[in-house]
Amino acid sequence: RARRGALRLSRLPSVPCSSHGCPALRLSPQAAMTKLAQWLCGLALLGSAWAALALAPPGLQPPAPLRQALLPLPVYLLVAFGCYSLATVGYRLATFNDCEEAAAELQEHIRAARADLRRRGLRL
Amino acid sequence: MAARGPGRVSVLLPTYNERDNLPLVVWLLARTFSDSGIDFEIIIVDDGSPDGTQEVAQQLEKIYGSDKIVRQLFLCPSGTAYIHGMKYATGNFIVIMDADLSHHVRLLFLIKPIVYRKQQEGNFDIVSGTRYKGNGGVYGWDLKRKLISRGANFLTQVLLRPGASDLTGSFRLYRKEVLQKLMEKCVSKGYVFQMEMIVRARQLGFTVGEVPISFVDRVYGESKLGGNEIVSFLKGLLTLFATT
Repeated sequence: RARRGALRLSRLPSVPCSSHGCPALRLSPQAAMTKLAQWLCGLALLGSAWAALALAPPGLQPPAPLRQALLPLPVYLLVAFGCYSLATVGYRLATFNDCEEAAAELQEHIRAARADLRRRGLRL
Repeated sequence: MAARGPGRVSVLLPTYNERDNLPLVVWLLARTFSDSGIDFEIIIVDDGSPDGTQEVAQQLEKIYGSDKIVRQLFLCPSGTAYIHGMKYATGNFIVIMDADLSHHVRLLFLIKPIVYRKQQEGNFDIVSGTRYKGNGGVYGWDLKRKLISRGANFLTQVLLRPGASDLTGSFRLYRKEVLQKLMEKCVSKGYVFQMEMIVRARQLGFTVGEVPISFVDRVYGESKLGGNEIVSFLKGLLTLFATT
C-alpha cells in the first residue's frame, strides 16, 4: 500500500502520553486568548510602536531618513501582504490536483457495487 | 454500550435524500473494511428524507446484518446528527464522512488502512483528510470553485492558524473519547462545526495527523456552493475568529 503522500503534521509541544489512549489535555497558551484578541493585541503593540516613532513631537524624533521610511510603513506592509496573498492563492489554485484516475475508478466501483448489491437482493 | 474489540471503527453517516448514493457508499465501506480486516459498523442517521432513503437503509441492514448497519432517524439541524449517532457507536474509532460519494473511493480503499494505521502509528487523536496537500485533490471542479476553495482556505489559515491544511473537508477519523470531548465543546452547526472541531482540538492539545484524499464531485444530486454557502462560511469563520 502506498504511503507516499501521507503527511505528518508537527504536533503541539505537549506532554508525552504515558497511557495509551489518553490525550494530552494541556491547555496551550493559545487557548487563553481568542484569535481576535491576539490580533488586536498585536496590532496595538505594533501600532503604538509605530506611532511613538513616526508621530513623535520634534525633539524626540528619530533621524529624518528613518522617519521617512517609517511613515508609510503600514501601507507598505498592507500592500506587501496583499501581494503575498494573491501570489499564494494563485499558486495554490494552479497546483490544485485534479484526480482524474480517482474519478474513473469511482465509476468502476459504482458499477461493481450495483451489480453486487442487485445480486444480494437490493432493489434500487 | 461497551466498546467491542480493540480496533472497531464506527462510521457515522448523516443522510438526507441519499437513496442513490447510500447503497454505494455502504458497499464501498463494507468492502474496504473487510478487505483490510478491520471490524466496523455503519451508523446511518437520517434526517427524515422524503425520497426513500430509510427504505434503502432497511434493505442494507437486511443484507449486511444489524451488527454492521445501525439505522437512526433523527430530525434535527445539520451538525447534531453526529451527536445523536455517536450514542449508538460501539467502536473505539469514529469516522465522519459524507454519504454522497464525494469522498472518493479509491482513496477510500487506500485511505482507510492508512488512516487507521496512521492513527495507530502516530498515535494521533484525529486523522483528517486533506484536499490541499500531497496527492490530495478534487475532480469535477471548475476554476471558480477551486478559486473560492483556495481563497477561503487561505483566509482560514491566516485568521485561525489551525495547524491543519483542510478545515472544511469532512472526512475524518477520531478516537471516540476525543470526539465526545469535542462534541461537548463545539457549538456551531453545518461545516463550520467541522472547522470548530479542529480548532478546539488543537486548543485542547490533541494531535492531528493528515492524509491526502481525493474529493470527487457528487455522483448523484446537487452540490451546494452558492452565495448563501459563502456568506454562512464567512459568518462562521468570523465567529470562530472571535470566540476561539
